[in-house]
Amino acid sequence: MKKALSLILALAMVLALAACGSKSGETETTPAPDNTPAVEADSLTFKLGGTGPLTGGAAIYGTAVKNAAELAVEEINAMSGVHFELNFQDDAHDAEKAVNAYNTLKDWGMQISLGSVTSKPAEATSAENYADRIFALTPSASSVATTAGKDNVFQMCFTDPNQGSASAQYIADKGLATKVAVIWKNDDVYSKGIYDTFMAAAPGLGLEIVSDTTFADGSDTDFSVQVADAQSKGAELVFLPMYYTPASLIFAQAKATGYAPTWFGVDGMDGILTLEGFDTALAEGVILLTPFNADSDDARTQAFVEKYQEKYGEIPNQFAADAYDCVYAYKQALEAAGCTADMSNEELNDAMIAQFTSMTFDGLTGAGMTWGTDGAVSKSPKGMIIQNGAYVGLD
Amino acid sequence: MSFFNSLISGISLGSIYAIIALGYTMVYGIAKMLNFAHGDVIMVGAYVCFFAASRFALPPLAGVLLAVVVCTLLGITIEKLAYAPLRAAPSLAVLITAIGVSYFLQNAALLLWTPNPKVFPNFVARRVDGVDKAGVEFFGGALRVSYVTLVTILVCLAIMAVLTIFINGSKLGKAMRAVSEDKDAARLMGINVNTTISATFAIGSGLAAIAGVLLCSAYPTLVPTTGSMPGIKAFTAAVFGGIGSIPGALLGGLMLGVIEILSKAYISTQLSDAVVFGVLIVVLLVKPTGLLGKQIREKV
Repeated sequence: MKKALSLILALAMVLALAACGSKSGETETTPAPDNTPAVEADSLTFKLGGTGPLTGGAAIYGTAVKNAAELAVEEINAMSGVHFELNFQDDAHDAEKAVNAYNTLKDWGMQISLGSVTSKPAEATSAENYADRIFALTPSASSVATTAGKDNVFQMCFTDPNQGSASAQYIADKGLATKVAVIWKNDDVYSKGIYDTFMAAAPGLGLEIVSDTTFADGSDTDFSVQVADAQSKGAELVFLPMYYTPASLIFAQAKATGYAPTWFGVDGMDGILTLEGFDTALAEGVILLTPFNADSDDARTQAFVEKYQEKYGEIPNQFAADAYDCVYAYKQALEAAGCTADMSNEELNDAMIAQFTSMTFDGLTGAGMTWGTDGAVSKSPKGMIIQNGAYVGLD
Repeated sequence: MSFFNSLISGISLGSIYAIIALGYTMVYGIAKMLNFAHGDVIMVGAYVCFFAASRFALPPLAGVLLAVVVCTLLGITIEKLAYAPLRAAPSLAVLITAIGVSYFLQNAALLLWTPNPKVFPNFVARRVDGVDKAGVEFFGGALRVSYVTLVTILVCLAIMAVLTIFINGSKLGKAMRAVSEDKDAARLMGINVNTTISATFAIGSGLAAIAGVLLCSAYPTLVPTTGSMPGIKAFTAAVFGGIGSIPGALLGGLMLGVIEILSKAYISTQLSDAVVFGVLIVVLLVKPTGLLGKQIREKV
């Protein structure tokens, strides 16, 4: 009996571990999308690869990136100049699967890369990109480790530290609060990266952190304790460096206890309004820093949102906009460098590094973007507030 | 007062664990197998109820009933297709099959319902003076108990009572107890063992549907992996209370929920799971069959 129980418990632990990763099927193969117009392999058609979660808990991000990249490729292929052949593979937000997907792309003959969509897999694939000298521009993998020490990996999104310190700066500048609570996810590099720099920046800006609580995979449904802690310590603002799924639970549970602080999110909060069945009134007044606003008056943004909505039936989020920008940034860089498709990936790699560290790019997620040699982008975040179920620009 | 608030959160969470743990414990007690797919049947139940309420606009109670019916049928089907052919096989083979079924259900849900999270509607709010009230307040708002919590605790106690009466009083209950004691002897006494085990699965899966609805009412995010972690914690609760024992499932579930929330509140939000499983290890070291488990002497 004892033996049987210990065996069963051991199995339960294995299952618990398995439950922590995203459970999903095998890497789904998505060869070049059927719906992109067939492009003849001419001397200006580049093989562009990328991986991201198309299945599993983070699939909403990978799907957004894939859709927007397809849309951009379709538009670019209809123009003269460089053309792309896109191959986007599923990595299920898993580092090991991402490396397998990367190898599939390498076998296919990938010349330039969109890296990976989420941070954990991107840290694995960017090391491969570096070793193989295949240039990567990731739309959304924001951790520092994605680019650190790799001269040929660049980001279209803000880095996590950038978000943490920018958030603290924004809260202090606008005088939103002095007593702040933070709830963060301690088994997630994204959340921890933002948390660390937020905490480092906060004291110098006169922000007092009164409550600091965490959660992790597997204990991410009950937030009564975290919310009660923030409430009892009188936090006026709660900073939520996390994705929107746990955030939606926090809003619901805070409402049940009658707690209504200012909620402050980061780019992972983007997507909360499209959550099926979500009562958008719960997110009323949530402030977040994001570089993209689908409601913007900007003509290019409006055209993008309209096309995306027509094709995929939903409003694009920031991940989609970042991916769209990535493809156009590649077009600009490849054309400026006069690259041709018969160049080796090493030659393309060197040309792209030279271009990205020197060029200025105007995209949907910011004007006048530049990149440092560390691969981090420089663009300014915009404050957004959720009002009547829609994002409204604050600045 | 914050202690009592935490205690209530703990009891609420614990009641959900207890209902899920009942499913594990019944199947284990009678069929002597661990149905690791139980957590995923919970997920299916929650999805059925979600679609009934949001897409077909059925009243909540009808949604719950539909979920119970679908899960009961699903439970019987799983038992017939995956477990019944393995009745004579070693228990390890059945265990692995159960894990396979669990993965199958999760991935089928991924395909059918996509990985995008869905927010479960709140069935148990009451309109007072035109405002949705989510709970009752005591001591001028210092102590809050949400309706979901009240409903969860009441449903949990009701299920426990009905199940105890059913197992001890009804003919089928008697047959279940006989099968749990000795399958072969029960067969000789004229009990249809296969039907009895199917009935156990049917009841366990029906309970899973109710647990799914309650779980998602309390924590309203629904994804294809919703059932896996609560399933594992409820399994732990069943072992904690003594697997095979119905009161043990209640006790184990409640204790696990309360320990989890209190350790979050008073020790550390980072270490709460470590504390819960640490307590489990200590209990099993002292009482290997769990708190209320039967002492079984194995003859050599």
